[in-house]
Amino acid sequence: MNANEEIQDLVEAHEEDFVINIGPQHPSTHGVLHLKVKLQGETVLDVQPHLGYIHRSIEKMCEASTYRNFIYLTSRMDYLSAHMNNQACSMAVEKGMALEIPERTKVIRILMSELTRLASHTLWWGALGLDLGATTPFFIGFRDREEIMDIFEESCGARLTMNYNVPGGVMYDIHPNFQKRVHTFLINFKKHLPEYDTLLTGNIIFQNRMKGVGKISAEDAISYGCSGPVARGSGVSCDIRKWFPYDGYEGAQFNEILETDGDCFSRYMVRVREMYESVKIIEQYIDAIPEGDFQAKTKAVLKLPKGEFYSRVETARGELGVYIISDGSMKPYRIKFRSPNFSNLSALKHMATGGKIGDLVAIMATLDLVIPDIDR
Amino acid sequence: MTNEELKTFISAHTPEVVFEETQYLNVIVPAEKLYRLAKNLRSADYDYLICVSGVDWKDHFIVAYHLQSRKTKHVFVLKAKITDGVNPSVDTVCDIWRTAELHEREVFDLFGIKFNNHPDLRRLFMDDTWGFPLRKDYVDDVTIVQL
Repeated sequence: MNANEEIQDLVEAHEEDFVINIGPQHPSTHGVLHLKVKLQGETVLDVQPHLGYIHRSIEKMCEASTYRNFIYLTSRMDYLSAHMNNQACSMAVEKGMALEIPERTKVIRILMSELTRLASHTLWWGALGLDLGATTPFFIGFRDREEIMDIFEESCGARLTMNYNVPGGVMYDIHPNFQKRVHTFLINFKKHLPEYDTLLTGNIIFQNRMKGVGKISAEDAISYGCSGPVARGSGVSCDIRKWFPYDGYEGAQFNEILETDGDCFSRYMVRVREMYESVKIIEQYIDAIPEGDFQAKTKAVLKLPKGEFYSRVETARGELGVYIISDGSMKPYRIKFRSPNFSNLSALKHMATGGKIGDLVAIMATLDLVIPDIDR
Repeated sequence: MTNEELKTFISAHTPEVVFEETQYLNVIVPAEKLYRLAKNLRSADYDYLICVSGVDWKDHFIVAYHLQSRKTKHVFVLKAKITDGVNPSVDTVCDIWRTAELHEREVFDLFGIKFNNHPDLRRLFMDDTWGFPLRKDYVDDVTIVQL
């Protein structure tokens, strides 16, 4: 649609209806998401997401990359779950090559995944506070995230786009300081976690903004393809770690968090309670890292047999699927990423319609969208 | 439901399908038969549409629907085979699984496959003048890096 048509659209809208554009440069959209919102007074009548501002066609780029190279592009999708994205790709390639990874790698992958989940959830928690007008949570969230980032930097060499997973294992062994630093982090973090509840969870102003807002029923959540904390906030059990355990998660002791109200507060509570579960998993494995290789032996050039391989991973935002179609050559014939944010976004209109425009910001915050993951 | 049970269930009312077993069971159906089969599968408890992906096989298009039954945890791939290379189209399934609305817009944007009866079929990422980048005959020497 060109600019003239856009204006025409605005003019033709019903007299009392009012169309505003939120984004692509708006602090509460956390990136370049553009929402066209139709309002009547303060009530939202319709929400249309306009995408593509950060579309790089990663899927097309993958077709030109080898099975070793394409993994690094996926760190740039959901950059807050970079480790899990890399893991999903590595798993799909391993599945194609029928490669068994060493026990040590599995435990390292679990630890790194859960640390990533904590880093992502602390950032989300801080940003959520900021979206609703509270500045302090942002600093509290970043204080804990910073410690995790330092741990990543030491072992993986990078803070955000770790690129730590390779087909067959992880790129390097963990740093000698890793266990010690994680222990220090756990002590601090467990001391800090109650602060999260004091600052936001129990806050009555905060609760009034969250409770009963942006409701979605379990049935609708399934139909809209929601996954992760968004679906679990509606009581839909969908944790891939429990449903289809991968890379050693079958031995992990943790509970799948379910809340049943389906509103913003439920989604908030799912993520906060998930942080406690992640701490549990890290505590279970941190002193039980088996000795051995950190990488299975692979050839320098990887080739996958003809066929289709699909791997599923639970990232911090939901289910990531990597669908590789191989024609037997060095490069994938087609790769499709089923990204959690893309499906979760489709529920936005359903959640926001009929609510107030102020609630739209709360809904966006609890959907926890990462835009590069939607646009890819 | 297991793969074998699903095979008998599908062949009973759609004999045109072809089965292929890779990691999951693949059910390949001609595009014009897709909608009716999808409706039957939805009533057989396949309530979760994981993703919709397009594939360009040069002589035909495939639209792959990964489906999961939340009751039995069974996952399989339903594939619509589109042989019309000039005007590829298939019926939408977004009244059966509502998540398909956005997924189908993405496939339309990247492959130019039309979804009949779709309520809002517009380009998702690119503008109307752009080609369909994930088709195999799409060439862009400037922006695509070949390794």
